Amino acid sequence: MQRIATAFHGSRRTSDFDDTRLDGALALEDDSRVAVIGGGPAGSFFTYFLLDMAQRISMRLEVDIYEPRDFAVTGPAGCNMCGGIISESLVQHLAAEGIDLPSTVVERAIDSYVLHMDESDVRIGTPLQEKRIAAVHRGAGPRGMKEAKWRSFDGYLLDLAAGKGAHLVRGRVDDISLKDGRPVVQTQGGSPQGYDLLVAAVGVNSSAPKLFEKLGLGYKPPRTTKTYVSEFYFGQETVEKYLGSSMHVFLLHLPRLEFAALIPKGDYITLCLLGMDIDGPLVQSFLNAPEVKRCFPPGWSVPQDFCHCSPKINFQAATQPFADRVVFVGDCGVTRLYKDGIGAAYRTAKAAAVTAVFSGVSAEDFRRHYWPTCRAINTDNNIGKLIFIVTRQIQKNAHDRRGILRMVSREQQNPEGARRMSTVLWDVFTGSAPYREVFVRTLHPCFLGRFLWDIIVTTLVAIWPLHRDRAEARMRWKRAP
Amino acid sequence: MDMGGLGKVYRDGEIVVRQGEMGDCMFVIQAGQLEVLREEGARELRLTVLGKGDIFGEMALFDGGVRSATVRALGEARALTLDKRTFLRRVHEDPSLAFRILQTMSHRIRQLNGELVRLKSEQTEMAAPRG
Ligand SMILES: Cc1cc2nc3c(=O)[nH]c(=O)nc-3n(C[C@H](O)[C@H](O)[C@H](O)COP(=O)(O)OP(=O)(O)OC[C@H]3O[C@@H](n4cnc5c(N)ncnc54)[C@H](O)[C@@H]3O)c2cc1C
Repeated sequence: MQRIATAFHGSRRTSDFDDTRLDGALALEDDSRVAVIGGGPAGSFFTYFLLDMAQRISMRLEVDIYEPRDFAVTGPAGCNMCGGIISESLVQHLAAEGIDLPSTVVERAIDSYVLHMDESDVRIGTPLQEKRIAAVHRGAGPRGMKEAKWRSFDGYLLDLAAGKGAHLVRGRVDDISLKDGRPVVQTQGGSPQGYDLLVAAVGVNSSAPKLFEKLGLGYKPPRTTKTYVSEFYFGQETVEKYLGSSMHVFLLHLPRLEFAALIPKGDYITLCLLGMDIDGPLVQSFLNAPEVKRCFPPGWSVPQDFCHCSPKINFQAATQPFADRVVFVGDCGVTRLYKDGIGAAYRTAKAAAVTAVFSGVSAEDFRRHYWPTCRAINTDNNIGKLIFIVTRQIQKNAHDRRGILRMVSREQQNPEGARRMSTVLWDVFTGSAPYREVFVRTLHPCFLGRFLWDIIVTTLVAIWPLHRDRAEARMRWKRAP
Repeated sequence: MDMGGLGKVYRDGEIVVRQGEMGDCMFVIQAGQLEVLREEGARELRLTVLGKGDIFGEMALFDGGVRSATVRALGEARALTLDKRTFLRRVHEDPSLAFRILQTMSHRIRQLNGELVRLKSEQTEMAAPRG
């Protein structure tokens, strides 16, 4: 407790970096203590960047990351359940930050996706024909895995954070309180620890967000819905043969299903279904669809026992994800709708870390410097909701689906020409660009004109035999005695 | 086969960027080595050899100009492209993303300064009257 008392003493100072700061405001200084609750991507990114920035300005901080999971363990115990796609934009941002994802972590580098529809399917490659999307396992691998050939993505990030000097506390935080305005953290059987800043990075798949609700900070956890992920073992050769280095996405007319993908990863194929309350019957109808069956070896059926889970995903952001000395990053704060959640964890975590080091840790600091990042994601999600409504209509309408297929196929056959539909679909499915940018591109007259034309052509082609049949039937009827 | 290797593979001797061409992206080396060459007429001058984690092509991102040197694979190498638009959009949101690029650039200026001093002192030595 001596350590805590020292840390609390004199942790107020006037920031050297923000001259609008009022005297007596809350800020970190040498030997300030920071608690990061949760060692998923958001917690690790926050810690990594906080310590990186602090080192740049020669500030010494003590950071404890609390994480109960051992990411070296296979199965659900070591896994933060997700599709495991590291988006094209995040791969690039991390590379610019000096974080290169090694092939000991990336199980499959992805260079294209295949869009499956009832009529047909089409392959869309990255503009530069380059592998810029990473498929990873968040833990050491699925339950029942025979041999661990790759490292956990979350474990890799946590090691990066520890490498910057953070201290990893293996344990679940089961109580949080405030003492004289400062956060106090308690694990089962541990002694209470006081901090100058508390960072919540607990995601939405545990009861931890409730610990914060009771503090009366105005924080309300995000609203979530149930999704589905499963892992099927095939062995590297079969995965290569059936999925190659493409992510396979499906535009099927199945109610409540917003997004469905098959992702190749080492020896496994990951199935990921997002939408509203994905349940057993919906998973079954998906797996029974002929478009899906085509992606698996003939005669394959779902095994008796396989690793699967139903994690929660956000569809509405948290309310008030900051307070004096407390900030919420990643899923438990604000994230992107259905796509690039890890990318959003990086953006929110880094914005919070930059705020804490260069501005301060009061609610006002976070409101001014951290909230704009969250607000931008929220605003973009509203446009994303609109895009998903349109996608749902397209899923229902066979003419629209054929129009898309025709437009994309023609673009892919002519690599020199404009790839308007291909890039729109690429960015929607991979989450590589903000929804706003994608939406603006769909309003371009050339996009709309081309799409409309392709719908008309495919519709005429589709109904022409029908007209012909009807006309022939009429003739026969007229000729009949 | 390295199924998890991100970026694009360049064969030995393959040119990644060519001096004088317009550039709208930069690169981060993921594996192997690349040599940076300055072409002066028919002569090729090797400026440096870059390895894993090194960045190149960043100047074109900021000054919008042409590539100042040719970069060629030395043996098989793999590099990841960073698009100008993706990068600058993010720098606009988070200027601290540019720290590492600035670090690389200042490191290069230091190297150039060292090189300049060496050349100047060689020149002075050559010009000095021998006794
Ligand atoms: C089905 C599905 C598929 C997805 N696919 C993708 C995808 O392909 N790509 C992508 O970018 N995003 C995807 N996401 C989103 C992505 O999973 C999240 O956005 C991301 O995991 C958020 O990271 P986080 O660190 O905020 O939370 P989490 O990853 O949930 O990490 C939270 C951490 O906090 C720890 N924790 C919880 N409670 C406590 C406690 N009391 N004490 C200490 N530690 C605690 C947990 O053990 C965990 O390690 C998907 C999500 C779902 C549901």
